[in-house]
Amino acid sequence: MDSVAQRLSTVGAGAALELRGVTRMFGALAALTDVTITVRPGERRAVLGSNGAGKTTLFNCVTGDFPPSSGTIRFFGEDITHFPPYERIRRGLRRTYQISALFPGLTVQDNVYLACCGVSRGRFSPLRPRPNDALMHSADLLIQAVHLTSVKEQRVAELAHGQQRQLEIALALAGAPRFILFDEPAAGLSPTERRELIEILTSLPSHIGYIIIEHDMDVALRVVESVTMMHNGRIFKEGLPQEIESDPEVQELYLGGGHE
Amino acid sequence: MSLIQEAPGARLHAKPPAGIKPPASAAQRPALAWAEFDNPAAWAVAVILLIMPLIANGFFLIEIFGTTLILGIIALSLMFLAGYGGMVSLMQLTIAGFAGYMVAVLGMSGSANISLGWPWWLATPVALALATAFGTLGGALAVRTEGIYTIMITLAIGAAFYYFTNQNWAIFNGHTGINTVATPHFWGVDWRSDIPFYYVILGTAALCYFAVLYLSRAPFGLALQGVRDNPRRMAALGFNVNAHRVAAYAFASFVAALAGVLQVWNYRQISPGSVAVERCIDILIIAVVGGITRPVGPFIGAFIFVMLRTFALDFLVHVGLDGNRFRLLIGVGFLVIVFWSSDGVIGLWERWRRRATKPEMRPGGGHGHG
Repeated sequence: MDSVAQRLSTVGAGAALELRGVTRMFGALAALTDVTITVRPGERRAVLGSNGAGKTTLFNCVTGDFPPSSGTIRFFGEDITHFPPYERIRRGLRRTYQISALFPGLTVQDNVYLACCGVSRGRFSPLRPRPNDALMHSADLLIQAVHLTSVKEQRVAELAHGQQRQLEIALALAGAPRFILFDEPAAGLSPTERRELIEILTSLPSHIGYIIIEHDMDVALRVVESVTMMHNGRIFKEGLPQEIESDPEVQELYLGGGHE
Repeated sequence: MSLIQEAPGARLHAKPPAGIKPPASAAQRPALAWAEFDNPAAWAVAVILLIMPLIANGFFLIEIFGTTLILGIIALSLMFLAGYGGMVSLMQLTIAGFAGYMVAVLGMSGSANISLGWPWWLATPVALALATAFGTLGGALAVRTEGIYTIMITLAIGAAFYYFTNQNWAIFNGHTGINTVATPHFWGVDWRSDIPFYYVILGTAALCYFAVLYLSRAPFGLALQGVRDNPRRMAALGFNVNAHRVAAYAFASFVAALAGVLQVWNYRQISPGSVAVERCIDILIIAVVGGITRPVGPFIGAFIFVMLRTFALDFLVHVGLDGNRFRLLIGVGFLVIVFWSSDGVIGLWERWRRRATKPEMRPGGGHGHG
């Protein structure tokens, strides 16, 4: 599996994200065991699995929220295993959180503006933005893209749940993302909001790949081209959406058994 | 110990019934909380502060308003760290004291064997730079921790500096401290005489106040508030959270250092008593009593503190109690304010104002932050 030829071929293909033998222990508990995944640039993939399958832990290892206990993570060929989170973000990796992680005391505009500052050189700027500020402009465009223009002056704490989820996505789109990790973006959304979410995801520029954790198969299977199934911290199956959906083992584990 | 510097001055001057009426401006001070340029009350306070030398004598000018503004600047540096950055630092007075000591050591003073005798225009910037470096270093230690541990580390730095100055004779002249520190004298003006010195203090306070206000809406200040609310998410947006915190300490240290220089010019002496641990805690009390969500809070807190410190003593003696109990009054006031409003006096003021204007609209919660 680790042959030189194989490694060369993945580098040649320019994997956007490459995990090799990633394991994460919490004390004696293995949340991830020997996970190996390769995702091409622009590829869109769903990660499925019941609660505790290790999906969010996988995201946390990739973004550096906490590092893997062993294994390596490469982002566009570069070994980022030991990078702090902000260095990974500055290289074009983004994520959203399952439970909205926003700045409730600030306005929608400030939230998105901060996200734009974070991946620019102006993050320490002591000067207030001018009206024609480029970052301010890109923040406005992002707010528009997630349909929040009408509430952009409001404090985030005052937003409805669905609007907060949309803002969560806007923060992940700031700057020039190359790869995004969406952690259950549809959680708690109404059917209308889900349709909007699908529209936002499918209208992303094609060079931006992502991994999405999503329990709602209707959403997941409409926005991805491949599926990884996890179980007990391990990769259980990988394949096309149709294959996974019709796989009897998966049905047994997840669609049938794992359901509430 | 902590009254070393104020008590003589306060007693000497406070005895003759000073026919001044600070209540006029005291009543309007909280109005500064809105700090918008279209607010007439803010303008009124600004004008009163500007023409203060016309209405107040030397004692009120320096002992009350000058001291208020100096303590306010130090508390402002804490407000910047705590209010915007969520970092409670108890070493802000220590940084100010460090700057004061450096002015005394590098410049001219009565302790010729200690002081290097540099001119003020050289000693002051070097003192500011050294104190800023000192505070930044302390901050770099403190940012690795959160909450109560930040308080402990900064308190430890403050306590260590206090005992060090007490025991070190080569630089800090031990518990004697450094006396008759020279103050700037140029363009034919003695800048320590009451009126010029008042304007120097007022100018510095205004500069610091508006700098903090301005910075709070610039990317640096916004990011600091983001770090306060959710450091993990800030890292996931590309921010180096610890670097941001250290930068905040650097800025706050510079602000505190400015006040420290003014402080040593004010008393013309500095000793370990000026950097004692209870003084460090006074700064926290000032900031919390005033309110740490807005830059104006520390100045309100400092005004209340200075008024109590100066007049509570006479008042207590007047009603037949021990004058040294004035700290009890401050303590009770602190308890009352913290109990009724998590946002100090400005919080009380805002709540009262909201109730007065819109009795039907009263949001339940406070200023949910932190």
